[in-house]
Amino acid sequence: MTMRGTSWRTAASALYAVLVYGFIFLPVVVLVLFSFQDGRFPIPPFEGFSLRWYEAVLADSRLMEALANSIVVAVGSSLVAVLLGFLAAYGLARFALPAKGVQRALLTAPLTVSYLIIGMGLLITFNFIGFPKSLLAAGIGHVVINLPLCFAIIYSQMGDHQANIEKAARDLGASEWQVITLVTAPMLWPALFAAFFLSMTFSWDEFIISFLLTRFDVTLPVEIWSLLRSGLNPKTNAVGSLVFGISAVLVVVLELVVLRKGRRA
Amino acid sequence: MAARGQRFDLGPWGFVAPALLWTAAFFVAPFVVMAVVSLWERIGTDLVASWSFANYLKFFERGHFLEAMLNSLEVTVIVTVTSILLAYPFAWIIAEKVPPRLQRMALVLAILPFWTSYVVRSYSWLLVLANNGIINETLLSIGLIAEPLDLANSRTATVIGFVHFFVMLLTLTIYANLVQLSPNYRKAAADLGAGPLSTFWFVVLPLTLPGIMVGAFLTFVLCIGDYITPQVLGGNNELLMPQVIMLQIGRRADFPTASALAILLMIVVTIAYLGFARWIRLERA
Repeated sequence: MTMRGTSWRTAASALYAVLVYGFIFLPVVVLVLFSFQDGRFPIPPFEGFSLRWYEAVLADSRLMEALANSIVVAVGSSLVAVLLGFLAAYGLARFALPAKGVQRALLTAPLTVSYLIIGMGLLITFNFIGFPKSLLAAGIGHVVINLPLCFAIIYSQMGDHQANIEKAARDLGASEWQVITLVTAPMLWPALFAAFFLSMTFSWDEFIISFLLTRFDVTLPVEIWSLLRSGLNPKTNAVGSLVFGISAVLVVVLELVVLRKGRRA
Repeated sequence: MAARGQRFDLGPWGFVAPALLWTAAFFVAPFVVMAVVSLWERIGTDLVASWSFANYLKFFERGHFLEAMLNSLEVTVIVTVTSILLAYPFAWIIAEKVPPRLQRMALVLAILPFWTSYVVRSYSWLLVLANNGIINETLLSIGLIAEPLDLANSRTATVIGFVHFFVMLLTLTIYANLVQLSPNYRKAAADLGAGPLSTFWFVVLPLTLPGIMVGAFLTFVLCIGDYITPQVLGGNNELLMPQVIMLQIGRRADFPTASALAILLMIVVTIAYLGFARWIRLERA
């Protein structure tokens, strides 16, 4: 391969990468840029810089309520999903149980079913037993979609070296409960954190289950959905940019925490 | 354990039971309910347990249900193939051309818009593709077109919205696979006289096939079941399965028909899963 061939290839690679990055970032850039639009429409031309749409978002009590609801549902459902997933992973990784393959398959099965279908099944079932549409109903749905993920992540990290440490703790007189809380959970902290964090982001962003299972108190994506009916609107840009900003900060924090963890290990 | 067991002895089942019960109650049971209801009928405002396959027959008899399924399959296949073709070279460039120190950053950057809200992401594409959106305004101002192009509210818009999301997802899964490849394979191929192209075709590509397939399956499942993207970007010309299902639930509260359509959609996904299954495994590290 000649030098010229190499540099031509590098240039082509760079161009391709720039184009794909451009494609990936185009809608986000447009979203954020026109959230500062000093005008009534989030479309060209850009009429000047203004924070009025952010003020409108912060002054919108329905949006703020939905935001609070989303946080409650995300934190609550993720805690339950991590707890159930962790216990199941511990049970399946450490004990001789019958039909482990079937149990694993059952626990991860919801991963292969559309959220729409999971939400619909719950909607019909809750409808029959008279369980009202509510944030609790949506939270239950979110645990269903996140439990397989939490289980899979935590289960994949349960190595045999940890089992030996647990055994040592037991030999030294620790109860099963003490082993789990004082030995296993701290050892698996990165996996537990990753599972919790991923669940949070999925729940935070989930639309269709919340849409089907909530009525008066709704989550943020459902409230944003009703904003979309008003068409192109800089206020939607502003709330979208805020959500993106929060998520981006969380991702960077996670990246730093996990990366540091990785370097230390 | 035995001594304490008197007050706290569920044994190993105690650990697994909560998750199993949750899945049984809120995933398996609703699915059974749906399967049962799909054999009922909605007559007037009542659900009647008529125990027939009428709702399934409706799917094959009524053109628009079948059409929606075919639309969904077409869009999903187009999206999956396009996303792989776009994402593979991109992941390869990140894994091969970007200095190792910067790769993680390049990857985080590549999937950053992944974390915008799903609903907002479709809306953002509307901003880009609308008649008075950024693309049309740019093309108009440089005089390339005289009339705005009808980009939004079309199948093309739906596909673009989907591809945007899945390029990010596939870049992740394919990159993860590429960096796991030992450079020895390529060295061996080169030593044995293979050029860069045949090394790629006969060595690298087959070894990264699992990453591609896992990503492709995820794309297939998420794409065919998504309601938001076609609803926001697709316009009124054609409907996809999730939209048709939501119409049954929303406007008409016709749970039996909706259940039957959902189960048919699940069957399609299951068939796809069986096709992909040999590449997909969940294993303990």
